[in-house]
Amino acid sequence: MAEFLIETIGLPIWLAWTCIAGLSAVLILNVIAGGALVFIWAERKIAARIQDRLGPTRTGGRFGWLQSLADGIKLLAKEDLMPDGADALLFRLAPYVSFCASFCAFIALPFAFDTVGQRLNVGVFFVVAVLGLEVFGVILAGYASASKWSLFGAMREAAQVVSYEVPLGMCVVVPVMLAGSMDLVTIGEKQAGWATNWFIFHDPFTFIIFWVYCTCAIASVNRAPFDLAEAESELVAGFHTEYSGLRWSFFFMAEYGSMFLVSALAAILFLGGWNGPIPVSELLGLSDGVSATDPFALRIVGCMNLFLKATAGVLLMMWIRWTLPRLRIDQVMTTCLKYCTPIAAAMFLGVMLWQLFLPGGLVAGSFRAAAGVREGWLEQSYRKESADEESLSVKTLSRHVFEVSR
Amino acid sequence: MNQASFGISVSLFASIDWHGFFFLLFAAIACVAALMVVLSNNVVRMALHLVLSLGATAGLFFLAGAEFVGAMQLMIYVGGTLVLLVFGVMLTAQTQLVSLRTPAGDRVIASILAAALLAVLVQAAFSIESWQKPGQGMVSAPTATPLGMALVGVRVDQHAEEGLLAPKSGYLLPFEIVSVHLLVVLIGAAYLARAKRRRVPRPVDLVASVDSVEPRSSGNSSTTILSGGSE
Amino acid sequence: MIIALLGVASVSHYLVVGAILFSCGVVCMAVKRNALGVLMGIELVLNGANLNFVAFGSNYLAADGKSPLGLDGEVMALFVILLAAAEAAVALAITLNFYNNHATVDVDRADDLHG
Repeated sequence: MAEFLIETIGLPIWLAWTCIAGLSAVLILNVIAGGALVFIWAERKIAARIQDRLGPTRTGGRFGWLQSLADGIKLLAKEDLMPDGADALLFRLAPYVSFCASFCAFIALPFAFDTVGQRLNVGVFFVVAVLGLEVFGVILAGYASASKWSLFGAMREAAQVVSYEVPLGMCVVVPVMLAGSMDLVTIGEKQAGWATNWFIFHDPFTFIIFWVYCTCAIASVNRAPFDLAEAESELVAGFHTEYSGLRWSFFFMAEYGSMFLVSALAAILFLGGWNGPIPVSELLGLSDGVSATDPFALRIVGCMNLFLKATAGVLLMMWIRWTLPRLRIDQVMTTCLKYCTPIAAAMFLGVMLWQLFLPGGLVAGSFRAAAGVREGWLEQSYRKESADEESLSVKTLSRHVFEVSR
Repeated sequence: MNQASFGISVSLFASIDWHGFFFLLFAAIACVAALMVVLSNNVVRMALHLVLSLGATAGLFFLAGAEFVGAMQLMIYVGGTLVLLVFGVMLTAQTQLVSLRTPAGDRVIASILAAALLAVLVQAAFSIESWQKPGQGMVSAPTATPLGMALVGVRVDQHAEEGLLAPKSGYLLPFEIVSVHLLVVLIGAAYLARAKRRRVPRPVDLVASVDSVEPRSSGNSSTTILSGGSE
Repeated sequence: MIIALLGVASVSHYLVVGAILFSCGVVCMAVKRNALGVLMGIELVLNGANLNFVAFGSNYLAADGKSPLGLDGEVMALFVILLAAAEAAVALAITLNFYNNHATVDVDRADDLHG
């Protein structure tokens, strides 16, 4: 697109890139804001159905589908209050810190092949790291509100997030190991083809670690049953007790943004990313399996695939929220340190051993090993990698090492 | 359409203006925030400015082409260490009780010394000519993979001609030492910070019991009396 | 305008930023009476040093496209980050212990061994 701007319209290079950067930013912002509108409505409807109610029915016609827009207008019209003892600067800053962290993490998140704000070589870690910064918004809000409830909520959040980064990091490393790259685009592309290529079905260990990831992801975005920072039955509303109006809504945009983000990350890491369960385009002969030559329409289909999977993840989180009771803080810590971390570590080891002895995964790997086509498959994957414009991946490097040592 | 459709490829930073612009932006944020850490008296504000400063430093790492180090800086430093620091600040928050202001004399002496140090360092930074020449501006290969290989003992960036397995200058041993060190630190920190049982009331409890209506110890003794009576 | 004056960033520019961070950290360590403030000063100093490591190790910034330090700079920076995390954990544990015993985090009050 930038090439188009430079060559056809004749913009200078820096201006063209600025336009593209702005366009990307606006698109990502729309994903977050539009997503929040839809998800708030969905949350209301799902909560209502689970509690045997109807939820919003009248706003905007049949299903109350304009409800979140009405909510937004109500929030805009609300008075913006600040407590007397509050630290004014930090109090004003906190919601934006939360929102910016959530927004920045989207920069490195691919929506389809190469449809990404900035393709980063360390994409996975960038996303997880930036998502972890969201906690600062909560901590600042809790401190600056000059309220005991807020401070308690912030302290809980800080303890929880620092603890859950450990198992979350371990879970995220497993697909990185399988794909041989930290680039999210490469990780997604490695799972192209039938659904058996998805990393969740790679072997039994990845199947288990996917659920560990789900637990940790829910905890790290502060959703029930891990929403101790805003436990409304104990702490009034936790860290956002003193917030109202638009600032309050920024916290919620950030929360729904990060929910969508961790779901999309789960989809890319474990559920095949933008690849559907059946390689329809390949079967129809629309593409040769090397996505670099995919037509534009296929990318849109890929986007839809990813959005579908991520939305399913978000809906799952809502289902869990309205089903499970909230954990106590000691139970939260027990879940993290006594269950999630050891399980993640053991599964990590298991995946490593599996990869060593049976590369290629459970279904595909065993069939290919049985058919004795493993050597050919390696050759093919090597060619695919070198077709990729990325530099040497770990796999090819280790192969070089192997050859040299022979 | 072979390239990123609406993506920004790395060549954005290859254009001279943008690299300079972002360097200036991140450098300014890092320096100003570091100054604010020194000047501010409120510990939480100091922590916030430290976050800004270290985050901007991570941006500088990204600009210098060290993506992995930048991401690690964000993940470990900003997301882990600083959250821990803020946690410590909140556990020990006591601004109402004691004012921890430094005498002005100390401040002046420290600033003079620091200015002298800064002058020496800046002079040293511009002392070598090859350091002042700007880079070629060419995008080098990503360093994350060679970095990982180096940490497990294979230097793919050097010695390519002599055979990659030459046991020369990998970082396997330091890597192992650091991991054992981290384990020791984990256990040590948990041991140091654990709640100890004491007979003598701590000063903290004494301070707390002054303004609390019902001291904690009396509640405990009453429950022991109750349980003793029931037995 | 100012960007044009600056030209593209070179190793020296990174060193200057590192030097400023370092000096700020030193002042912070010397001046703050809050133990956590001292800790923050240490983090700043380590970051200044880290910036130098990365600048020297960056092929991108090197004048001839091949940095003198190569990959070693980034590896050193990684180790510094790891050790800084370890150092912060232990220092924080000590601070909390000190706070439990003395009800303050004022480093000037840590004079129990003073004869």
